[in-house]
Amino acid sequence: MALTREEVLHVAKLARVALTGADVAKFQDQLSQILDHFDLLSRLDTEGVPPTTHTLPLENVMAADEPRPSLPQDAVLANAPLTQEGHLRVRAVLEE
Amino acid sequence: MADLHYLTVDEAGALLKQREISAVELTRAVLDRIAAVDGRVGAYVTVTEALALEQAAAADARIAAGEGGPLTGVPVCLKDLICTAGVLTTCSSRMLESFVPPYDAHVVERLREAGAVIVGKSNMDEFAMGSSTENSAFFPTHNPWDLGRVPGGSSGGSAAATAAGECLVALGSDTGGSIRQPAALCGVVGVKPTYGRVSRYGLVAFASSLDQIGPFGRSVRDAALVLDAISGQDGRDATSAPLDVPEFAAALTASGAASLRGLRVGVPREYLPDDLDPAVRAAVMKAIEQVADLGATVDFDLSLPSTSAALAVYYVLAPSEASANLARYDGVKYGYSYAEGASMWENMEATRQHGFGDEVKRRIMLGTYALSTGYYDAYYLKAQKVRTLIRREFDAAFEKYDVLLTPVTPTAAFRLGEKVDDPYAMYLSDIFTLPVNIAGLPGASVPCGFVTVDGKELPVGLQVLAKPFDEATMLRVAHAYEQATAWHGRRPSL
Repeated sequence: MALTREEVLHVAKLARVALTGADVAKFQDQLSQILDHFDLLSRLDTEGVPPTTHTLPLENVMAADEPRPSLPQDAVLANAPLTQEGHLRVRAVLEE
Repeated sequence: MADLHYLTVDEAGALLKQREISAVELTRAVLDRIAAVDGRVGAYVTVTEALALEQAAAADARIAAGEGGPLTGVPVCLKDLICTAGVLTTCSSRMLESFVPPYDAHVVERLREAGAVIVGKSNMDEFAMGSSTENSAFFPTHNPWDLGRVPGGSSGGSAAATAAGECLVALGSDTGGSIRQPAALCGVVGVKPTYGRVSRYGLVAFASSLDQIGPFGRSVRDAALVLDAISGQDGRDATSAPLDVPEFAAALTASGAASLRGLRVGVPREYLPDDLDPAVRAAVMKAIEQVADLGATVDFDLSLPSTSAALAVYYVLAPSEASANLARYDGVKYGYSYAEGASMWENMEATRQHGFGDEVKRRIMLGTYALSTGYYDAYYLKAQKVRTLIRREFDAAFEKYDVLLTPVTPTAAFRLGEKVDDPYAMYLSDIFTLPVNIAGLPGASVPCGFVTVDGKELPVGLQVLAKPFDEATMLRVAHAYEQATAWHGRRPSL
């Protein structure tokens, strides 16, 4: 199925990726071509077939409730672009 | 003495134990080899010379004390999405170009405990998304057999390093074929363990229900020795399986006539399509005949009809999982951060615009689309149901057969640049490997011959598949075949 330019921009917005005008045209073509190949899924009969989220027969894996050492704060913050008093610093999320 | 950089793990172990060479000498030989050829191959993003020599000296001390195991003093290469404390881990992405993890991945802890020597971090398709290593943000890796061709991907650096003698063994990761496909194109052994066999703790996540770490080696036994070291449950990965791990390498004893007597082999017809490269088909058919000559019963009357849907299932599920996993790259906690925008959102969107390459953006957008309101049922849920069908077909096949044999790739290595502008053509190079990840099976690629293209010999791989957690049988077949042939002993001229 062909994606419209607006759909590409909408998806990019949801994915939080800025695109140039040339990017939009390129991804519109490429993503449409890939989505065309997904159409065959709709033709397969999956009536009564449960979905597989995961190939291992595991559920509710519990960890022992025991304190363990964790990484020191400075090690965790060492890769952060902006920190302040032991915190990650971000720009204001809610603006006027 | 043979070139030290081309020793097998056992050969190196024997020389180290007899004190004929030291681990420092062996490591130096590999570092010299990297210095001599990596300018042309481009397998490494980071060479950890100082760390390697330090670890080699420690290995020598362990060996002198009569301690250590088969990997003590053995130079290994790690794909650059496996976290190494204090050593750059870039995922070949601008986003993580300067990222230094504060901790080791589980597999790195295991290798350090085993006394292995980490010589460097290998190039890859950015965030493991690709089949040629051309999606690296830094530089492409070249196939050691023909420098004008790709090594495959996404673990192309690890495969090329193994083929070129720039390590003895390597680790990669396989989400849709990213170990087996480059192993086949570079003429080395590559093993994707069963999903859950190896802890993913410290593996930078791409598609969490599909990703698995596994080894490269120049023999099945070398790969099995690494698998021995890294397998087993780890509480930090809830999906690592609570199962005992057999000794894989120690079990590889059978070779020669009748060594596969009683083994039931199935060859699914969907993996030998009409448009398969004729030279690849010939090499694989010959290999299957040789497996039969070792005493196995081969049955070509096997169909896995949902195979044709696997590519679509994969390219719905893997990008969907990726779109969630890669949401973490927001320019706040680590990695590239754009800071010139007018707002928090503008910064985040520009961070991801400049930090990610095109293939990563394509997959994030594809996954976001497949998970978005109105499309979830038609794409994501539907793909998960077809995933069940694919797994059921494999389960039924493994009631009749111990292993399945197929080609690894539809063609030998393609030219650099040949498929970069056609994402779908690139995706097709994993057509025989990705059903295995969808079903969570183990798969191995073992060299099974060469095709001559433009006067150059290019390797071909045989894929061996087994039921979940039966890596032992898979490796036994791969080993018996390998020992009956000479392909794994061939080296590229560099």
